[in-house]
Order: sequence, then C-alpha cells, then structure tokens
Amino acid sequence: MSEKPIVLEARGITKRFPGVLANDHVDFDLRQGEVHALLGENGAGKSTLMNILYGLYTADSGEILVNGKPLTLNSPRDAIEHGIGMVHQHFMLIPVFTVTENIMLGAETDHRPHKSEAPLVKLDRKQVSQIVRDFSHQYGLDVDPDAIVGDLPVGVQQRVEIVKALYRKANILILDEPTAVLTPQEAEELFRIIRELTTRGVSVIFISHKLKEVLSIADRITVMRAGRVVGATTPAESDEHQLAAMMVGREVILSVEKEPAQPKEDVLVVENLRVRDVRDLEAVRGVSFTVRAGEILGIAGVQGNGQTELAEALTGLRRIESGSVKLAGRDLTNCPPRLFTETGLAHIPEDRQRHGLVLGYTIADNMVLCDYYRPPFSARGVLQTQALDEHARKLIQNFDVRTPSPYVAAGKLSGGNQQKVIVARELSRPSVRLVIANQPTRGLDVGSIEYIHKEIVLMRDQGVAVLLISAELDEIMSLSDRIAVMYHGQIVTTVEAHAVTREQLGLWMAGAKPEQTATSV
Amino acid sequence: MQNADEKQPQPGWQQAVRAGLNAALVPFLAIVTAVIVGGVIIALVGGNPFAAYLGLAQGAFGSARAWSETFVWATPYIFAGLAVALAFKGGLFNIGAEGQLAFGAVATAWVGYALPEVLGIEIPGILHLPLAIGAGILAGALWAAIPGALKAYAGGHEVINTIMMNYIALNITSYLLNGPMKDKNPLNVIARTPEIAEGARLPVIFDGLRVHWGFPLALLVALGVWYLLWKTTLGFEIRTVGANPDAARYAGINFRRILIVTMALSGLLAGMAGAVEVTGLNYRHELGFSIGYGFDAIAIALLGKTHPFGVVLASILFAGMRNGATRMQFLTQIPVDIISVIQSLILLFVAADAIIRYLYRIKAKEERLVLTRGWRG
Repeated sequence: MSEKPIVLEARGITKRFPGVLANDHVDFDLRQGEVHALLGENGAGKSTLMNILYGLYTADSGEILVNGKPLTLNSPRDAIEHGIGMVHQHFMLIPVFTVTENIMLGAETDHRPHKSEAPLVKLDRKQVSQIVRDFSHQYGLDVDPDAIVGDLPVGVQQRVEIVKALYRKANILILDEPTAVLTPQEAEELFRIIRELTTRGVSVIFISHKLKEVLSIADRITVMRAGRVVGATTPAESDEHQLAAMMVGREVILSVEKEPAQPKEDVLVVENLRVRDVRDLEAVRGVSFTVRAGEILGIAGVQGNGQTELAEALTGLRRIESGSVKLAGRDLTNCPPRLFTETGLAHIPEDRQRHGLVLGYTIADNMVLCDYYRPPFSARGVLQTQALDEHARKLIQNFDVRTPSPYVAAGKLSGGNQQKVIVARELSRPSVRLVIANQPTRGLDVGSIEYIHKEIVLMRDQGVAVLLISAELDEIMSLSDRIAVMYHGQIVTTVEAHAVTREQLGLWMAGAKPEQTATSV
Repeated sequence: MQNADEKQPQPGWQQAVRAGLNAALVPFLAIVTAVIVGGVIIALVGGNPFAAYLGLAQGAFGSARAWSETFVWATPYIFAGLAVALAFKGGLFNIGAEGQLAFGAVATAWVGYALPEVLGIEIPGILHLPLAIGAGILAGALWAAIPGALKAYAGGHEVINTIMMNYIALNITSYLLNGPMKDKNPLNVIARTPEIAEGARLPVIFDGLRVHWGFPLALLVALGVWYLLWKTTLGFEIRTVGANPDAARYAGINFRRILIVTMALSGLLAGMAGAVEVTGLNYRHELGFSIGYGFDAIAIALLGKTHPFGVVLASILFAGMRNGATRMQFLTQIPVDIISVIQSLILLFVAADAIIRYLYRIKAKEERLVLTRGWRG
C-alpha cells in the first residue's frame, strides 16, 4: 500500500479561530486507493482540517499539495476541480428533488462536451440519469436515479452524496462521520462500498470517533487531539484501548461498570399506546411496557420504527391517540409537558439543538430551561440572577462542562459539551423519578459518552427509573437491565439484557419474529 | 482549554456596555454610510451637503425648541418601536402597530371627551388621565391579541393578519371620526373628535415648549420593557418562544398563551403611542395624524436591533431627522424628501448588513435576526 503515490498532502497546517488554535502544524497525507482514517474527539480539529482541504476555510499557514503540486483552495469549487469531494455529516440534498436532479445540481452543464456559455441550457436529465445508473452499477451503489430523495432511507441518501461526488469526477473522497446516522447494517453496506471504491483507485479520508469502525475499515489511522496530530498507526498495530487512550489522552474504560439492578416499584406504566407521526400515519401501534424504579429499560430498534414518536408521547410533546401513560401512579395521558416534568420526568431529548437547548442563550439560561419559573430561580415572576449564576457554576463543575464562563452562548459549545449541559440540567433536577434518555450520546466522543453513561447508571442506582432509547446497539447492550426491541411501531419482545446476544437483537430489529419460547420477561 | 473553575464574575455593566457598543456598531456605520451617500445625492442635485446637514442638525438639536420638537416626534416613535421590537423578540412580526395605535388613540379620545358626559360627572384629573391612557392601551392590546389568537389556534400567519387588521382598524376609525365621534362644532369640517377634557391631558414639561411628560414616560416604558424581557420569567418565556419554539414546548412553556400575550403586550405599547399622542400633544384624535408611525416603527425596531435602548436611540435619530428637515429646506432649498431617502438608506444598510461588514471589514459574526418564520411556523 505504501508504494502507491501520495495524492493529497497537507503540510504544517495551522488555523486559528478567536480564542482557539483549531489546527496546530498538522501534517496529513493520503495515498492513492487507501482509506486513511482521521480519528479524534469532537473539537479535536478534524473538521477544521477537512474544511481547509475542501476549500471552505483558508489555513493561516501551511500548504496543501494535490498530486505533489502545491495549490491554494479558495472555495469548494476549487477543491472539486482538483478531484476532491466531500460527504458532509449533514447531507446537502434537496429532499423534493429526484436523485438525478440533486446530482446535477450545481453542475448542470458539466457533462456537455462543449461547455455552453449560454445562461440557460436545457437540463439533460436523461443523460445524467444514465450516468447515475452506470456509477450505481459499477460501484454496487444501488441508487435509483428517479427516486425522490426525501423518500429514501438515510443510508441511500448518503450513497446519493457519494454518487454526486463521483459525478463531479472526485478521486479523493472525504467522508465526515459517515456512520453517525446509519444502522449497523447500513454501515456494513457503506464499508463494502468504500472498499469497492478504493479498489478502483479512489482514495478516502474517513473521519470518525468510533474506534471499532476505524479499526475495521482503515488502512492507516491518524489520531488528532486538541488541534494536533498525536499519533499515526495502522489497525494491525493497534487496538481499541490504545486508540481511545491516544484520542482522549488517558486510559478510558470502554465498558460500563455497573452492579445488577435492584428494581423496585413501577414508575412508568405504558398501556396499549397508539400515536401518529407528523404525516398522520400510525407510528406507535399498541405499545405496552413498564419501567421500574432502579432499572434501565433499553429500547432497541433501527431508527424510524416509532421510537421518536414514543418518546414524544411519553413526555407530553405528542398527542396520544389511545392508550394510557402513568407516571409515578398518576395518569398523564395527553397532559402538557410541564405536568410531566413536575411529576418527576427528566427528559434528554433526541435532538439537542432543536428541543434541548436555545442556542442563542447562555449556558446559565439553558441550565434552567425547564425550571426557570420555580424557586430559587424565580421569585414573584422575577428571575433571580444570583441563583441562576450559582446553579450554572455548580453544574458546570459537577458535570465537567468545558467552557470559559457560564455566560457563553450554548451554540458556541462543542456537541459533547452541549449534551453535557442538557444532561446536567435534567439529571440534577430535584425529585426525579424517571429519566427518558433518547439517543443520549449520539455524535459524541468517547470521553463524553463514558461520562454520560456513568451518570445514567448513577441515577439508576439512586432508585430512578430509566428509559433508554438508542439506535446504538452497543449502548443499549452495555447500559440496559432489560431490553425491549421495537420494530414497525410495536414492541417485538422484551428480554433480560444478560440473556441475549447482539446478533439475536439485530435479527429482531430487522423484523424477525421471536420464537414462542423466547425468554420474554 | 480554559477551565470552569477559573472564577469569572457575572456579566456586569462593563460587559453589558461592551455588548451594547458591539451591537450598535453596524447601525452606527450604516448611519454614517447613509449620510455620506445622501451627501453625494444632495451634491448631485446641486446642493451643498455640508450646508444641508448643518441646517438639519440645527433644526434637530440646535436650540431648546429644536430639542423639544425632536422629543415630541420621538415619543410615539419610541412607543411604537418598542411594540414592534417586543414582538420581534417573541418571534412575531407585528405589522399591525398602525391599526393598534389608531384604536388606542380613538379609545383614549373617547374617554377623554365623552366619558364625563356619559357618566354625567366631572372626573378628577388624577383619575381621568390614567383612565384615558388605560383605555388606549387596552384597545391596542385587545386589537393585537386577535391576530395572536388567530396564530395560536388557527395557524394564521401574523404578518397577513396584522396587515388585514390594519385595514379594518383604519376604516373603522375613519367611520367613527366622520360619524359618531365627529367634532360637532359647526365650524369643523375635518374628520376629528372633540377636544378631550383638561383633566385628561398630559402636561407639558416646560412652559412654552411642546415637549410633554409623554417623553419621559416613553423612556420609563423602554426601561420597563427591558426589565420585562430580560429580568422576568414572562420575558424568559417570550424570548424562548421567539428563539426556539420547539425548545419552548419542551421546556413546558404554554406556547399558545405566550403567542397571545406577546401580541397583546406589543399592541399595548402601540396603543400607548396613540394614547400619549392624544393626551400629550393633539388633545383629540384626527384622521391621518398618525399615518406611518406604525410602519416607521418597524424601521426603528430594526435600526435599534430590537433592543429597547436601541429603539430609544433610533427614535430620537429619526425624530431629529424629521424635525430638522424643515429647517434644512428653509436654509438650503433642498427638499425635505431627501431625509426619507437617507432614512431608507440607513435601513437598507442595516438590513443588508453584509454591505456594511464588507465596507468596514467587520469580521465578527453576531446573532442573526430572524424576522419571520414560515407560514405555519
């Protein structure tokens, strides 16, 4: 592999943002046909480096060489011209357009033999759609050019992004956290595609903070921490523990340490719940379960099987069609969200930026988002700044939120620190009886995940009931005491966590029927 | 990496002043730029920009009388500007200040001239003035609460509904002033109410100058709006709904109630603009007196960066320009209309702030103002 020529090289890249040295003399190179993984926690400087390579930022110093020639990239257009394509973590697709239209977008005339100077040219959908089909066949991408992008599953949308880059003649692909939104099966499929691409000479930069997948897909691994490259290795010479230690800068405990659960009385009782989604289709179809004090019930399932709607219904954010929700003995079916929180619900929402935080508010204000109206934060309708200040400082310290001050806007924090603000706020509320944690560690780095998991187990040990909803099978398996598998709006089965294998859960998540003799609880 | 335990004080007034200056930077440069461009235009039409601006400044701030008149103009601007700014903070675009203001003026005028007659008693001044102003703000609040409720319960977008409510309010006002509420004095041919009773009037501050206690009241109300928005739980709710409605729902805030309350408060302030014009300046309501205040208010709220203190400064600036324009025209024969051009330029530069950032190489990105959301937002 090392015989292959270097196609892309960054030398001594330094990039400074106000108050942050995001990249500090970073060296990075990519050989033809290899997968070079860039591993690091959130805020380590991976995205900054990639944005520089993709022409979105200009480096303060250092140089970029493509095929050995130094050049300056002033915009993504420059990068694309030099064969660099990027698939962002958040897709840049227009949902109401077809696959073909999305792929043509911004390059509507590129395929024409003689580029027309005319301001208006007829869109040649047919030809582009044929090109999409060819790529699809060549790389085993399985993308239908005429499908509407919004109707496609996330995994397929990602492939559309890849085709888009290939259509622009990219031979260097930057994949930014590509598996963050994928199911395990979809991730496997993506890895197969990446291998297919590399055998055909495409070089791939794979950005991730997930150790397992980096070890399984990469040819080489470069680890970044706090803006610097701290090491380079290969999967053969390394393992998870070593990588995690490099990434975080200390030893990390990868599995969650917890004692067996001591479940007590029922806290959350859900009976025959039916809920509709935004499109008015039935998303939760007759779900019943119970979460007891002092246990963690994990809900496993591929995303989009009703978990979002279930969580919203259990927190008062979505109307319940029929069935009932009882929290701590109180019937809260179709009650407003505040009644839930006042009865003892702590809710870590799925989408932290949409529901969990007001990004323009300070950390201090976000720390009281649900309790601002209660003493000691409010007296006779007036906010008590002193109490807000003390509360924020206490939580910032207790939950290790990395910020220079409680008066920094939440939007300026890294994803991991934003999530810590939410977790701190929710878990520190007085008299919590139930925690609903929906994708509590999505997109977070190893250090933050470890921390949040510890906090959740701590809540359980204090006798709080925990409902954990997660698309990460590892998370479900390592935290839960019992596991319920959700498929197509229903709970397929509920099992003791220690009595089930990863493979068995995967099958149920994919819709396999559990045998009658399964160890249902 | 800085650490959390590094003791930093609560943001005190120094930080607040720094933040204020930071926020004022773009509007200030927009004004400077607009004045320069306006000067070029004046020169192009054959005038002397320096003489013109000197006249403008003299007319606006050159004497006690000039200051007094500027403050008289500024008073309704401040109230109406606060109305629009407060709605903005709650995520609502209140284009209906004009109608709310008109109804406020009508209600105040009626209490001012007709209530003693209806009740058959002399109302003492200490009661009559608060009653008159109270009626005005109540009318404005109720009128604005309707589009608020339409948005909360029927999904009607407030931009459309406040515009429609303006037409309704202005036409009803026109009917009232031409009909039931018309000044019955046989010499009167204008659509206006009779004069309000002495006891319902806001006194002037200095004898011989028109500036009345409505101006200090406006400053006080600006302070009150600031306190409400940033120091009270209701203000927290209003700003949360404005900044992130989804998070507001998650936080247990009664989203619909806050929509209506925000609109009502906004209308209350607009109604106050009308009430204070009637009780402090005109002593009656006359058709057409207020044309445009409600719309200028949008400009003022934007120029003031939707902050109460910014609104006060923007109001005094706009008032000064309006007030000084006459003297400018008298001294230099440059038509007063140039002032509208400059005011429009200021707004253009504030709204399209990328121009200013580019011209003056300002790098730091600040929070972008979201004017309005989708039709069902």
